[in-house]
Amino acid sequence: MGRRVCMESVRGAPTIGGMAIDIDIAYVARLARIDLSDEELERIGRQLGGILEHAALVQQLPTEGVEPTSHPLPMVNAFRPDRVVPPLERDTALTQAPQAEDGYFRVPPTLEAE
Amino acid sequence: MEYEAVIGIETHVELATASKMFCGCPAQFGADPNTNVCPVCLGLPGALPVPNEQAIEWIVAIGLALDCEIAHRSQFHRKNYFYADQPKNYQISQFDVPVCSGGRLDIEVAGVVSRVRINRVHMEEDTGKMIHVGGGGRIKDADHSLLDFNRSGVPLVEIVTEPDLSSPQQARAFAQELQTIVLALGVSDAKLEEGSMRFDGNVSIRPKGTQEMGTKVEVKNMNSFRSLERALAYEIERQTAALEAGEQVLQETRHWDEGAGVTGGMRSKEESSDYRYFPEPDLVPIEINDTRREAIRNALPELPAARRLRWAALGIDPASIAVLVAGGSDLAGVFDGAVAAGADPKTVANWLTGEVTAFLRRELVDLGATPLTGGYLFELERLYAAGDLSSTAAKQVLVGVLAGEGSPAEVAEERDLIQISDTGALATEIDRVLAEHPAAYQRLKEGDPKVVGFLVGQVMKVTAGKADPKVVSTMLRQKAED
Repeated sequence: MGRRVCMESVRGAPTIGGMAIDIDIAYVARLARIDLSDEELERIGRQLGGILEHAALVQQLPTEGVEPTSHPLPMVNAFRPDRVVPPLERDTALTQAPQAEDGYFRVPPTLEAE
Repeated sequence: MEYEAVIGIETHVELATASKMFCGCPAQFGADPNTNVCPVCLGLPGALPVPNEQAIEWIVAIGLALDCEIAHRSQFHRKNYFYADQPKNYQISQFDVPVCSGGRLDIEVAGVVSRVRINRVHMEEDTGKMIHVGGGGRIKDADHSLLDFNRSGVPLVEIVTEPDLSSPQQARAFAQELQTIVLALGVSDAKLEEGSMRFDGNVSIRPKGTQEMGTKVEVKNMNSFRSLERALAYEIERQTAALEAGEQVLQETRHWDEGAGVTGGMRSKEESSDYRYFPEPDLVPIEINDTRREAIRNALPELPAARRLRWAALGIDPASIAVLVAGGSDLAGVFDGAVAAGADPKTVANWLTGEVTAFLRRELVDLGATPLTGGYLFELERLYAAGDLSSTAAKQVLVGVLAGEGSPAEVAEERDLIQISDTGALATEIDRVLAEHPAAYQRLKEGDPKVVGFLVGQVMKVTAGKADPKVVSTMLRQKAED
């Protein structure tokens, strides 16, 4: 294990949702714009493997006849009416910005992903 | 080898709700940067989204107008990606259970009607706006970027077609038809130049007559119908040239450059799974039961296709119908109101497609913001039909009404435009003119038809243009026969 977590190598639980789970940690880190050292890749790979193992255990539960759910509460249509409430003062909004300029949030230049 | 194009269109429509999708911030366009923001649309920790019910009803209306199935139960997902225009690092969108799926829209190009299948219509939120500073405004060479989150969280509806279009002309016709539907529904101002309606094209080409799909390229950044058509035409040409030269077409997203008239590569297209969609845990599912769906269906306004048929039956020409339909439900309401009151459809259509459309364009206002109603148009048409207003004066009165000067009768009075068609009053003026021009009077009596025009002109002059020239002309001819 390490840089790559492949569930096929995790005992007793080859798949999640019928698919073999194969995670490229470095790739996921790149998508998330997180810079990981080799040591971190190794450690996080190990930890993710543990999480997947646990998920695989849950997968083994009999779920025949159980409705898929995206939310724990038996609740739908929690809406609000289309009514305007006063927004934040701009100065207040910008207090959370590491850098601001002319009323805008200022951020470093965006580099294209390689 | 001959190639054919396969085109699908993704359309984003910003809904014209008063507030944003998941918070109460104003959703209006054009405010000072970062003045319509709050913890929810800035993605601050702990802020919780609550969906705007109006937006949900409007997306159902759009889906019904496009003959879609409305899901009994649907839900929001998080679409994860990292770009500074999205402060939460995910966009709330929909994934496997959109509100609407499987619809269709018929379009017409050069008299040929074709059906475009709609894959899905889903609800999401718009992103912030980014300005790149330095490096000539290009992302690549920018020194830094500035962010305005006013647009962040504005309700956005995405409409995705199946790849059923085969030419840039069809794509344009589809986009225009979709805009007229959105305007008829009154759910968005659908302004391409302000970005409240945006089109992306997915284009591939394949040898004519084959079934296998070629490599798909996504083209973005077209902010007019014309640039949509141009960009797709360019892209088809580019891909054809590549294949003919034995090269491959790369799967990518390309940016349309309006000035240069070309598309350029952006970044390699991320696979759908890279967005790592997962159910939005902060939002409970949306349930649209049959009762609610049918209530929304029953409240739908008449759609463009039905309007076209009905107006054609009134004898309105196709070009005018196109302008009327493009004006949305406000314009349709005024037109139908005037006609229902008894006004002549053609006269009213001419005014609406002429003076009224020109006024709105010149003053940059929407019809709904002017006092013009169907009732006023009917009143104006009656004044015109009765000969109280000349054709020119009627148009002047119309502009006065649009500008808020009052009812047609009041404007006509105030601007002193009422024609004299009362024969008693005109007879006095005609006698005066004939007395002043004895030679012309003589020629009139001798039956010289050419002198009538001159004498009408003289009467117009002494009445400061207010005489009804038709009535004057008739009276002069009678005079000649006396």
